[in-house]
Amino acid sequence: MNKNTPFIAVCVALLVGLVLPLATGASAPGFYVEVLLGGLMAGVLYSLVALGFALIFKASGVFNFAQGAMVLFAALAVARLAERMPLWAAILVGIVIMTLLAWFIERLVLRPLVNQDPIALFMATLGVTFFLDGFGQTVWGSDIYKIELGMTKEPVLVLQNLFQGGILVNGEDFVAAIVAAALVGGLALFFQYTPTGRALRAVADDHQAAQSIGIPLNRMWVIVWAVAGVVALVAGVIWGSKLGVQFSLSQVALKALPVVILGGFTSVTGAIVGGLIIGVGEKMAEVFLGPVLVKAFDLAGGGIENWFAYVLALVFLLVRPQGLFGEKHIDRV
Amino acid sequence: MRHQVGVKYTVLAALLAAVFGSTALQAQDKAGVPAQKKAASAPAGEQFFPVLSYRTGAYAPNGVPFANGYVDYLKLVNARDGGINGIKITFEECETGYATDRGVECYERLKGKSPTGATLFHPLSTGITFALTDKSFTDKIPIITPGYGRADSMDGTVFAWNFPLGGTYWTSSDMLVQHIGKKEGGLDKLKGKKIALVYHDSPYGKEPIPLLQERQKMHGFELLLLPVTHPGVEQKATWLQIRQQRPDYVLLWGWGVMNSTSIKEAVATGYPREKMYGVWWSGAEPDVTPAGEGAKGYNALTFLAPAGQGAVHKDILKFVHAKGEAAGNKEGFGEVLYNRGMTNAMMSVEAVKRAQIRYGKKPLKGEEVRWGLENLAIDAAAIKRLGFEGFMAPISTSCVDHEGGSAAQIHTWDGSKWVVEPGMLQPDMSIIKPMIRASAEKYAAEKKIVKRDCAKETS
Amino acid sequence: MIYRENGQFKSSYAADQQMLPIGQDRVFMVALLVFVFAVLPAVLGDYVFLSLLIPFLILTIAAIGLNLLVGYCGQISLGHAAFMAVGAYAAYNLVLRVPQLNFLLVLVLAGLVAAAVGLVFGIPSLRIKGLYLGVATLAAQFFIDWVFARVKWFTNYAHSGSVQTAPIEMFGWTIDSPVEKYVFLLSLLIVFTLIAKNLVRSHIGREWMAMRDMDVAAEVIGIRPVYAKLTAFAVSSFYCGIAGALWGFMHLGAWEPLAFNLTLSLNLLFMIIIGGMGSVLGCYFGAAFIVVLPIVLNQVPAWIGFPISTAMASHLEFMIFGALIVFFLVVEPNGLARLWAIGKEKLRLWPFPH
Repeated sequence: MNKNTPFIAVCVALLVGLVLPLATGASAPGFYVEVLLGGLMAGVLYSLVALGFALIFKASGVFNFAQGAMVLFAALAVARLAERMPLWAAILVGIVIMTLLAWFIERLVLRPLVNQDPIALFMATLGVTFFLDGFGQTVWGSDIYKIELGMTKEPVLVLQNLFQGGILVNGEDFVAAIVAAALVGGLALFFQYTPTGRALRAVADDHQAAQSIGIPLNRMWVIVWAVAGVVALVAGVIWGSKLGVQFSLSQVALKALPVVILGGFTSVTGAIVGGLIIGVGEKMAEVFLGPVLVKAFDLAGGGIENWFAYVLALVFLLVRPQGLFGEKHIDRV
Repeated sequence: MRHQVGVKYTVLAALLAAVFGSTALQAQDKAGVPAQKKAASAPAGEQFFPVLSYRTGAYAPNGVPFANGYVDYLKLVNARDGGINGIKITFEECETGYATDRGVECYERLKGKSPTGATLFHPLSTGITFALTDKSFTDKIPIITPGYGRADSMDGTVFAWNFPLGGTYWTSSDMLVQHIGKKEGGLDKLKGKKIALVYHDSPYGKEPIPLLQERQKMHGFELLLLPVTHPGVEQKATWLQIRQQRPDYVLLWGWGVMNSTSIKEAVATGYPREKMYGVWWSGAEPDVTPAGEGAKGYNALTFLAPAGQGAVHKDILKFVHAKGEAAGNKEGFGEVLYNRGMTNAMMSVEAVKRAQIRYGKKPLKGEEVRWGLENLAIDAAAIKRLGFEGFMAPISTSCVDHEGGSAAQIHTWDGSKWVVEPGMLQPDMSIIKPMIRASAEKYAAEKKIVKRDCAKETS
Repeated sequence: MIYRENGQFKSSYAADQQMLPIGQDRVFMVALLVFVFAVLPAVLGDYVFLSLLIPFLILTIAAIGLNLLVGYCGQISLGHAAFMAVGAYAAYNLVLRVPQLNFLLVLVLAGLVAAAVGLVFGIPSLRIKGLYLGVATLAAQFFIDWVFARVKWFTNYAHSGSVQTAPIEMFGWTIDSPVEKYVFLLSLLIVFTLIAKNLVRSHIGREWMAMRDMDVAAEVIGIRPVYAKLTAFAVSSFYCGIAGALWGFMHLGAWEPLAFNLTLSLNLLFMIIIGGMGSVLGCYFGAAFIVVLPIVLNQVPAWIGFPISTAMASHLEFMIFGALIVFFLVVEPNGLARLWAIGKEKLRLWPFPH
């Protein structure tokens, strides 16, 4: 038996699950496409948050729980600043703020904790999360704020002649997807072709080797946290323009955790692919599987998307412990 | 290096000592030793109102205006009337963050704060209400839940200390079904219609379900139950289901940021806002303004109280705000939730006034205030005298009926303000009463509670 | 000078292996027990019992449970509040459906149910480890929360999804006053501490620690990872299940699944990190710290006569809490238990440190 058989079996099962609603006629094709698009859109946002996780984990080995808090903090900053200045200026100031934040985190949290257990570092980022949640609300307020990207919120019907009833799409979603793609592309170029990017990759590969050839580790950490901060800012702005900016935003970012374990902690590709899989998977499950479960077990309502992402990630982990694109880790005594 | 380590540990130890030492200090304070000292500082006696509020977290946008209204009214009574018949009001806020365990801690902290203890509690969360109800039987402090809390707690024989003044989730959902029936041209026209309930996945959101199911059996409409997980910012799948099922009406049972998100998602999935009806907790300014233009046409119940300013607001401006004592930077003044906070405070103060008639003009215990709450009669004349004309319907309670009658209106968001539709809605108590009785009996059996005999108590 | 072990000679293995080998420690322990059982109930008010001591005692049991898994066996869990929920709902259903059962028996059964569930969710630990496992345990957290919110049978068809309990009665004793609850919980905690202390120095505890320090090496010397990891999960969930049942019955009285959410799981983790991983004593410190800190932070401004708005106080509380956690990790990553040990070491040499 091939080593990969269980993995392939899970993938096949997932694909079958994906097309089942369509095949059994449980859903009209037009609606199916809408759910798919909705899932992809949610997935893009999960990917953006997960991207921040992966970048930081790769470069500094820290499992950064505070990524969600950073998304909230950045979004709050942009939303409040945009009340006083044009949006582009607010975003620029926001980037400066996130860079400063990265510097503070590196100086006050990471450097003193260097060489500690991963779990100690993880707990430290939990502390940072609490701090940022409180600090953000103190500085920027705890009301619901708006970020206006100047796009219409009313949906449009397209492809009415292809599908019965047409497909409802939002222009905003497409802009968000394009922005996210541009960001990922930009990051890829940055990592591939700039000296800093190369240095970062070297650090990610092997801290000690990188340090021994003269790459300043501390500065690299500041840079990678700043980059993660900018990614958080983009995620926050897109998400905030859709849903409004409020404290709760930092909790949505929890959804990025199954994304990173699915994709593999260290993989940028994994974060993106994982995000899309989770996004589509949970929306499909909620819409098509949820009502079936509710009927079968006489449940008090659906809401399976809360755990579906985690269980999906767990199943993947069981057949592939390092995640989809993670590096295989070999233990030696 | 060695020396440095020593300093490090001294600092740490000092910090720890400070934290635990201060607790010990506080513990002593709570042990009641310095009780005489406290009494000495307030010779005339004061009526203590604990205020459970939430000004942070996911529910802050709604919690802040409510708390402001509540506190401003208490300040007004002190500034304008010199207290309740001369008894000064003192109050203390405690942040619950809408979390049940924090709410219980706040309750324990504040319940014995003054010589007479806490007057009454407004938990401002259905979850906290459930936990406090349990404690009310031993602590004998009334729990006031206007428009929220347990629906069955309107039965005063079992729930001796709960007062869902003016409405519960069963009366509110009943009124909404009736209103929808009226729009369709009669309740019998509801047959075959589809109504979706989009609810906050907590005791709050689940509370209306039994009544809606009862009504479903009566009229034969289809009920879709769509839970939204706390805090409610992720609703894409919920609204996709609505898009798929195309319900004729959507009832919204949300709180905090969930409300505005629901309206935004309704815009994004093209669901007509005119067909959406929110409960009275889903119909305030923070719920609609984030959705901008898209919220136009959205409806919600309103009771205690609609937006706007009346005679009492003038007093608050004159006696409280003019002196620079407004709570929370005047946030939300004259808005729905601010006014509701104010109305809740007013009913509490009126209950104390009522109890003073029986027990005398002195600081009253929670147990004595209960009598006032059970004999509350705020009629149209009293509402006018208090400056609340147009903000509430008359209420009259008894030992058996802790709700005191329920009435509400529908208001619609026109893009900039709430427009109240004329015509009062009233629940059909012939449906609700038997359900209340059954549910209260079940509670009494589970908790082994001896029912009160109201005939013997009223005097 | 006072605190030293000179002259205390051990003449048997049993004497050498006892839990408190130093005579002064034994005296101190007896004094402490007298203090907590006899003095505290006499002098403290209800508020301290209800808001500080009762949560502290229950959370200490839970923290010990989590520490057995994380601190001793090295398997990270971010979902232990879920096992507390299992215990709480199991106890609720047992009391409701089999009312004649003694509450102590109910507790043990609730713990066993939680242990069984913990076993199931421990299975991934055989394949995945480290932070991957931590996130995977989140699946338990969210899935179990969901089950209790959705399957109506567990909540006895309560329409609001919230359940409530009557005061506990056993052997004709109704535990309803705060002091009675305190004494009952304190006795339980002592029993569970003794069990945990003995578990970790028995062969099974050593297996766990071998797993923690290096699983491959442990396997090489003949420790079965399946057995070691799964027993750790089971025992840990057993503790948390009992703590959950107590949390529901003794502390909350009425609860909904939200009472056992992710925040509680993270708080449990904080407790063992701040208290000290791999230390039973540390669980006491950690639980005390996490229970007391928010309450103190919340009230500090009022005491020092510097009134600020509740919103500001609450934000500050968040910030200080976060900052303190980072501070503690930086200054003493091994937790308060380590600090205690250093203190003891110094005391031994005092007043002549050289």
